[in-house]
Amino acid sequence: MSGRPAHPYIPGSAPVAKAALLAEVGVAEADELFAVIPERLRLREPLDLPPALESEAELRRAFHEQLARNTSCEDALSFLGGGCWRHHVPAVCDEIGSRGEFTTAFFGLGPASTHGAYQALFEYQSLISALTGLELATVPTYDWGWAAAIGLLMAVRVTGRQRVLVARGTGPHRRRQIATRLPPGVELVELPHAPDTGLLDTTALVAALDGAAALYLELPGYLGVTEPEIASIAALVHERGALLVAGVDPLSLGVIAPPGSYGADIACGDLQPLGHHPSLGGTSAGFLATTLDERLVAELPAIFIVAVPTERPGEHDFFWGNFEATSYETRGHATDFTGCSSALAGIVAATYLALAGPDGLRELGEGVRRRRAYAIERLAELPGLVASRFPGPGFKEWVVDFGPSGTTVAAVNEALLARGILGGAPLAAAYPELGESALYCVTELHTRGDIDRLAGALAEILG
Amino acid sequence: MNDRYHAAAWGEPLLKELGSPGERGLLMPGFDGEAEPEPLPPGLRRGEPPALPEIAQPQVLRHFTRLSQMTLGHNVAVDMTAATTTPKYPPAVNELIARSPKLTELHPDQPDGTIQGALRLLWELGECLNELSGMNACSLQGFGGAHAIFGGVLVIRAFHASRGELQRDEIISEFASHPTNPATAAAAGFKVIEVAPGPRGYAELDAVKAAVSERTAGLLLNNPEDTGIFNPEIDRLAEVVHDAGGLCGFDQANANATLGICRARDCGFDLAHFNLHKTFGAPISLYGPAVGALCVTGELARFLPVPVIVRDGDTYRRDVDRPDSVGRVAGYLGNVPSLVKAYAWIRAIGPERMADVARHAVLNNNYVHRRLAAIPGITTAMPGNQDRRLDVTRFSLERLKEETGVGAEDVRDRITDYGLPAHWLSHHPVTSPEPFTLEPTESFSRRELDGVVSVYERVVEEARTDPKLVRTAPHRGPVARMRPDLVDPARPPAATWRLLGP
Repeated sequence: MSGRPAHPYIPGSAPVAKAALLAEVGVAEADELFAVIPERLRLREPLDLPPALESEAELRRAFHEQLARNTSCEDALSFLGGGCWRHHVPAVCDEIGSRGEFTTAFFGLGPASTHGAYQALFEYQSLISALTGLELATVPTYDWGWAAAIGLLMAVRVTGRQRVLVARGTGPHRRRQIATRLPPGVELVELPHAPDTGLLDTTALVAALDGAAALYLELPGYLGVTEPEIASIAALVHERGALLVAGVDPLSLGVIAPPGSYGADIACGDLQPLGHHPSLGGTSAGFLATTLDERLVAELPAIFIVAVPTERPGEHDFFWGNFEATSYETRGHATDFTGCSSALAGIVAATYLALAGPDGLRELGEGVRRRRAYAIERLAELPGLVASRFPGPGFKEWVVDFGPSGTTVAAVNEALLARGILGGAPLAAAYPELGESALYCVTELHTRGDIDRLAGALAEILG
Repeated sequence: MNDRYHAAAWGEPLLKELGSPGERGLLMPGFDGEAEPEPLPPGLRRGEPPALPEIAQPQVLRHFTRLSQMTLGHNVAVDMTAATTTPKYPPAVNELIARSPKLTELHPDQPDGTIQGALRLLWELGECLNELSGMNACSLQGFGGAHAIFGGVLVIRAFHASRGELQRDEIISEFASHPTNPATAAAAGFKVIEVAPGPRGYAELDAVKAAVSERTAGLLLNNPEDTGIFNPEIDRLAEVVHDAGGLCGFDQANANATLGICRARDCGFDLAHFNLHKTFGAPISLYGPAVGALCVTGELARFLPVPVIVRDGDTYRRDVDRPDSVGRVAGYLGNVPSLVKAYAWIRAIGPERMADVARHAVLNNNYVHRRLAAIPGITTAMPGNQDRRLDVTRFSLERLKEETGVGAEDVRDRITDYGLPAHWLSHHPVTSPEPFTLEPTESFSRRELDGVVSVYERVVEEARTDPKLVRTAPHRGPVARMRPDLVDPARPPAATWRLLGP
């Protein structure tokens, strides 16, 4: 071991402590403890890593300097959305999400030492159930796209059918994620939408439903549309013995109908908008909820927490409800797998929902919808673009078509960035048929001035 | 040992019992633009508002803070009892670094040019992980260890498919390996062969030889095992699998025993994953958001999930145009805040001290092992192998159970009365009777190690003098002992307060 000062993270690296432990264990050097590792497998060369930044001051400065090179959505006015959003993060969410008791604990043990975390997750499940209108929710999984794939594979197992239908209006990353997750033998069929409305092509749906396990549909869709006939779509799907897996933005559910109300069997979405900073998409976390259909509950690969009575009458503890059904036990016979997922994201989401309450969610939803309408109206005044490519009510996203301008989204975005604005995400790669279109998004953080600024900048650029 | 410990026992009611109609915890910003959105049609409009509680802000904060206080994390407890999932010290400064708005307020659809600082940190992290595993290319998208291993399983499948060897549909793992190894392979559609550990507690050469065939796609294994036993034949196993045409994936969920000492590539493996929330000081956050990285050889790099962060001269970009990629396992780049924290941990340790982490983790474990094994009633699991355990030891309370009726689960609940987090027993299938598994990482002091030993000494003594005391534990916890036997199996699972009922 080195002769430098003891490392602050390693108490035993102090010389006296180290010598005492070595003596207790009966070795002269710690390397003797590795005798079981054959010499031929030992690393002999020094590690080629960047130099140590041992002092906290140097470490912070080095990372600060790198991060300072980023342009954040605080530095620029952002109109990006589409699966990760910049909403207000209540200070209480930051506080609870950074509690060391939560961030540094592992909860896969006996309940006695993690009672509080288990109760918080039970509450999270209860709140997601209330929000989605489905009876049962699990501990969060990796992210939205992953949760969607879990839901579709549950449907495959429950129906015994090997084909899943995914609406083209699903976020492109999630479509790719689902395709990546499906095992060989399960076919993914992408269902088109009507080119003028962006709504699911129900003729194509009917044609594809025979032998299908499930339809995955997002509401609102990635392109900002909301299916007015969702209940009829659900009925069609059920008539053919398939299941409906709905992907939703949880923040929309104060104003938009919940999946349970239109007959979804499984709902999923991302918890990121519920109290998490966007963090380059790194705070994504998937929620998953189902009906109480026993076949579905039995197929849940993710852990859910249940209340369990204690010795004291009326008191409950909380513990894993379906351990035996998960891959912890099924191992090589597993049909899906679990492991460390996104539990703390659920507790932060629960904190958000508790703070917002039903009125907060409704006000947020109404406010966002008003901003979207205002933004579309303002953009509609501008030449060279179609302010909203698809008609109909929406939530926070919409498609702006720059085709009439003769310029490209890339050029528009570059000019916007020069004016301190992050324009909408280009859509051509995922939706070539939309040409030079971009996905724009507003949240409750956008003021009228922000939207006017966008409109003014676009007027300059396109004018 | 702290005789006076008592867990916070707030008797905290469920959230739904707090608040009253009309209370608000959060107000939303108003909007003065004049516009009326197109109304939602009736079937799309929410009718009944969601049945969320209505609670003012101080009560919400207090509620969740109290719940946090009824959770024994590493920052407040000597948490070495989670076996191979044991968290180590997550440095406080890394939390501050990751809280910078220059990181938290980045949107994943921003152009690469606006996130150069973040991309550079992530690229450099990948390079460090390649060096630490001996590999050449890295994917950081895993939101957990299993997620990263699953990415590796897809890489194995894509590799064989690229060579037209579609008949390779079997993956070999070991009975005692982390469940995620066989489970991810099975979930990807592979047939799994789990070989049994030999008398020395690990997969032996002959067993793997017997398992390989022209259908072998790969081998997935952790080493050391969860028992702390290192398989010294690991490179020979890899040879056998390679000779049969398969690839080898090294589960380094916990690399505390081998960091800077022995690398996956040098053991002949083609893929390796790291759980950055275990070995690299990123927080484990109960059960995630966690973070798993997947490192592979140069030959396999083209199959990695997208996006891959690449460097072109002085600039960094997310490469998605990779036709041989297995696809996308995460929506974006993975758990970026934790990736940055893990990189900060690596930089704080540095190249010269990296192996010291393993040395101290193994030294601490050997100390605790020696002291616990000296307690009558506690034995080392897998007695057929007398080699030193590395960073982890699995113990057995079989003798104590025979003598007193007190077993590993009872002791698990009783140690919490002395302020220790409940100990982990064993992954399934349980290969040793009455197991428990400890991992005293490099983060604990001698005094803390002694404190843990003294708790076990006390509880073992209690098992002999007052077994009922142990069997009815916990006594100083937030709630009384759980009674799963009182759950009505005919009712739906009580997974929400609605299902629980009044």
